[in-house]
Amino acid sequence: MVMKLYGPTLSPHLVRVLVCLEEVGAEYELVPVNLLADEHKKPEFLAINPFGQVPVLEDGDLVLFESRTIARYVLRKYNSDLLKDSSLVDSAMIDLWVDVEANQYFPTISPITFQCLMMPVLGGVTDQNVIDESLVKFKKVLEVYEARLSKSKYLAGDFVSFADLCHFALTFNLTLTPYATVLDSYPHVKAWWESLLERPAIKKVIDMKKGSWN
Amino acid sequence: MSLIKLYGMPMATCTVRVLLCLEEVGAKYELVPISMPTGEHKSPAHLARNPFGQIPALEDGDLTFFESRAIARYVLRKFKGQGPDLLKEGNLSESAMVDVWLEVEAHQYNPAISPIVYQSLILPRMYAGTPDQTIIDTNLEKLKKVLDVYEARLSKSKYLAGDFFSLADLSHFSYTKYFMATPYASVFDSYPHVKAWWEDFTSRPAFKKVAAGMAPQQ
Repeated sequence: MVMKLYGPTLSPHLVRVLVCLEEVGAEYELVPVNLLADEHKKPEFLAINPFGQVPVLEDGDLVLFESRTIARYVLRKYNSDLLKDSSLVDSAMIDLWVDVEANQYFPTISPITFQCLMMPVLGGVTDQNVIDESLVKFKKVLEVYEARLSKSKYLAGDFVSFADLCHFALTFNLTLTPYATVLDSYPHVKAWWESLLERPAIKKVIDMKKGSWN
Repeated sequence: MSLIKLYGMPMATCTVRVLLCLEEVGAKYELVPISMPTGEHKSPAHLARNPFGQIPALEDGDLTFFESRAIARYVLRKFKGQGPDLLKEGNLSESAMVDVWLEVEAHQYNPAISPIVYQSLILPRMYAGTPDQTIIDTNLEKLKKVLDVYEARLSKSKYLAGDFFSLADLSHFSYTKYFMATPYASVFDSYPHVKAWWEDFTSRPAFKKVAAGMAPQQ
């Protein structure tokens, strides 16, 4: 039975998992969920994720939610080198930067991308104050990333890992906004970003995302 | 083997997450206090350990890093076999279930419970501030919705990830312990399986030891 991944390609959390599925060459079926029609709040969906959020993965009897969990599961199932489970130090560094993305990067970049890209879709008005406040915080976070990436090629070390891939979805969304040029002031961050864009799996996911804002 | 150094405070919620793991596996470590009131967490020395200026941070030989859940996993992996298996990394679906509920703790439970703890305990006691009842009430409603899900889950399995105690359960301890010291502790009474789960794992020796360091220093 093929794995099923539930969610729309406009969800950065779904994209976090898509990237990993593509990196390992997994066979899967993508099942769209219409968030605008509140499909995720309906009983059929709550039966697979009681928190009513995307993405959800079904693999046989196993049902998983929370995107970082699903992504790790996929990478482990396919014995991917993007996790470095056999190295105590390398796996710790990966876990560290996955959590930094969740706790520092995501909260400062997502208000910017949400205001620019999601608000119009939801029929709301972009709040410039939110963008401006988030930009200040995001730049402080980028300073830390710049310092880190000046010392190592990728976030967890000189090897690409799950931690780097976790950053793709929202950074890509940022490049669709007028604030894409923020990265230009951080040359190591920019070089790191450009190297991620070269990855075949990333190119494929970018292609899959086309039209997701319509 | 060099001694593990944990930089943080015994009453700080994220430091507690790591302390519990260290105690569960019986690791030898030194807790190095970092004084938040004097801004020590923003000192150059501490920023070198955690560039975001937060606690805890861990030093183990040449390795220095931060983020309490990452540190927790590292400790549990390093001392695997010495204490209980709280990660189940030898089993694909069990480790995935541990990960699910650890993420749920971080992204669903924590965001609802921590503002209540902050407003009703930390703000008045540490900063002589006045609790914002609107924030408390809004988050109590969110917490109850989360606890509905936990009640359903814990009606089907003894612990969150399955019938085994794991890092997922452990991770809930510090904020819940403080929540039980707020006027809202009785919220848990409406969730009998959640309450039983809480009372079960907090009776573990490691938890009693770490809880003793959490008591407010008045």
